[in-house]
Amino acid sequence: MKSKAIKQSSQIKSTRHFWWLFLLPVTAAFTIGFVWPFIQGIYLSFCKFKTISSAKFIGLSNYASAFADESFQHSFWYTALTAIVCLVLINVIAFAVAYALTQGIKGSNIFRTIFFAPNLIGGIVLGYIWSMIFDGILQQYGTSVVLETKYGFWGLIILMCWQQIGYMMIIYIAGIQAVPEDMIEAAKIDGATKAQTLFKVIIPNVMPSITICTFLSLTNGFKLFDQNLALTGGLPYEQLADGKTINTTEMMALNIYNTFYSGTGASRGVAQAKAVIFFVLVAAMGLAQLSYTRKREVQQ
Amino acid sequence: MGNISRKQFITLGAASAAVLGLAGCGGSSSSDSSSSSSTSSSNSDDRSGNVYWLNFKPELDETAQKLAKSYMEKYPNVKVKVQTAASGTYEQTLTSEMDKTDAPTLFNIGTTAGVKEWGSNAMDLSGTDIEKALSTTDYTYKDSDGRLVCAGLCYETYGIVVNADLVEKAGHSVDDIKDFDSLKTVVEDIHKNAATLGFDAFAATDLDDSSSWRVTGHLANLEYYYEEKDDGGWDATPATIKGTYLPNYKKIFDLAINNSAEDPTTLSTGGHDPATEFTSGKAAFFFTGSWDYATISAAQKNTTMIPYYCGVSGEEKAGLNSGTENRLAINDAASDEDKKATMDFWLWLVTDPEASKEMVAQLGVLPYTDAAKGDNGYLNKAEELSKAGNYTMDWATNYQPNIDQYRKGLVSALNSYTADQSDANWETFKTAFVDGWAQNYKVENA
Repeated sequence: MKSKAIKQSSQIKSTRHFWWLFLLPVTAAFTIGFVWPFIQGIYLSFCKFKTISSAKFIGLSNYASAFADESFQHSFWYTALTAIVCLVLINVIAFAVAYALTQGIKGSNIFRTIFFAPNLIGGIVLGYIWSMIFDGILQQYGTSVVLETKYGFWGLIILMCWQQIGYMMIIYIAGIQAVPEDMIEAAKIDGATKAQTLFKVIIPNVMPSITICTFLSLTNGFKLFDQNLALTGGLPYEQLADGKTINTTEMMALNIYNTFYSGTGASRGVAQAKAVIFFVLVAAMGLAQLSYTRKREVQQ
Repeated sequence: MGNISRKQFITLGAASAAVLGLAGCGGSSSSDSSSSSSTSSSNSDDRSGNVYWLNFKPELDETAQKLAKSYMEKYPNVKVKVQTAASGTYEQTLTSEMDKTDAPTLFNIGTTAGVKEWGSNAMDLSGTDIEKALSTTDYTYKDSDGRLVCAGLCYETYGIVVNADLVEKAGHSVDDIKDFDSLKTVVEDIHKNAATLGFDAFAATDLDDSSSWRVTGHLANLEYYYEEKDDGGWDATPATIKGTYLPNYKKIFDLAINNSAEDPTTLSTGGHDPATEFTSGKAAFFFTGSWDYATISAAQKNTTMIPYYCGVSGEEKAGLNSGTENRLAINDAASDEDKKATMDFWLWLVTDPEASKEMVAQLGVLPYTDAAKGDNGYLNKAEELSKAGNYTMDWATNYQPNIDQYRKGLVSALNSYTADQSDANWETFKTAFVDGWAQNYKVENA
């Protein structure tokens, strides 16, 4: 008996030496698919290049052009506005729906499935479908989502809400269901009203869900690309007198994409610089938001 | 480091693709190889070498692969490899392939910008059998030293397609349309009587992505073409344009959008499916090109194509807009044997009765004297007009700088103009057209 146990533990010890072997596939995939392209991407932002093999180091001038680009500045403010409006609307509505669907209404499961379903449709398809829906309505009034910035903006908000509410709802449902029953019961016995129970008991207890949902909807809002491309593609353009255009409904990711594929040579490096700026921005904002909401989480 | 890993990656990919390709060839050809080798062995001894064709036109890929295979069966000492770059990635693929030891021997130079970039890699075709085989020099390019660097493989044409039967039904004749004024008379008369006739003049000039190129790319050619003509021809994209013929563009654009079954204010949204409007006989006029001939002629028996009449003086002698981006060049760095093999293969593609028949079926017309004749009515019409002494309007549109962004700017401005045909909105379009050109030229050449 004793010798067997010793043998087993030595086997465990010997396999422990090979931990790196088990990490290897994932590390390799992560390095090839993410870390290396990321490093190369940062390097390319300092280069003038047409194809990656012909990159020439030129220093910081790509960053200078990126910051000087009016259309990039416009896309930043437009993106920030979209992301914040999306963040608020999606989370408020998703929480409300989740709360309603945890009250034991008949057919809750069917409703949950239905609300979640839009999330399974790809962004490009959604963009085209919704552009048809919006135009079908707006045409009655002689206009269209590609004719006025405000329609393009609210169209995108409606689309994003429709797509994301179901997803966030699932996270909130899980959070609400995890609130200990005895806490709610205790609140009831103490004579708390429904509203008091919601704001003083449930919401503090679902803070972890709120953290993750706000993080997701904020970064999703910033990184939005397919829906933006398919719904308006940046139209309408504001024509400036010198021939430049400001693509009024173009968000940052689409701006980077359009920059990359306009012209040869110089613009690719500028697009790459914009992408690095974009990364820093999204990362910083995401981290700030995480640390802010983390502080409000309660330990059960 | 970056170079090496990327190249290795591409090499690996190419190698695996080649292995797969070879495996595919082996599997399918094994059944008929015995029969073909006996017949071909008699005349196969004089041809040898390697041909590597980096094909530009994705829709030609299947035919090209098939023809390469039958060529290799006929001449077993020649190895032909055809690779097609995915749509829109030709420049990138060519750049990386040209770095390799087995670089393409046959490749595409589509535009004057391409001549600038790749002309020095191309063999001078002057005096070769290729030059002698051409039926026209309209689709060739020379570089700045006068070397003939590439020759057209095929060409296409566009203009206004007219349903002659419908025009007849409305009491007019296509033959009466000789210039803008006569076009206008017919179009406006049809539109006025659309309710009783059961069809309208123009198919919808939609501005969504599926259709906007008809006006931002093709119809715009009339402006660029006449401006180019005034300048005595362009060799490369000019840094600025003047927009001299924009009033003419406006004439025909206004005519098309205001004499159609669709309300102009709905054009920005699009989705009217103008091709179906035309093929189903709901419209008599349609902006399109020779690539639609098969579809249209299957539905409407009696259609023809007329030039972009826009009120320019002397336009009675206008022809159709013919041009191409499909021009082949031979790699000058290849060995003499491979160059000869490549040229023989190219000649065989466009002059062999069987091979050129398959090429014509895919491409419409091959501008080579001995090529099989195509039955594309619009291309035939282009040739007919050209023979009658009308001037062919070449594709000056090919010069558009930073093309996607430039055209999108035009679409945005036309969206506003079709929603409200005011002078202010037209001015905005002018800015997008003229100043947008200069701006995008700067972006492209930064």
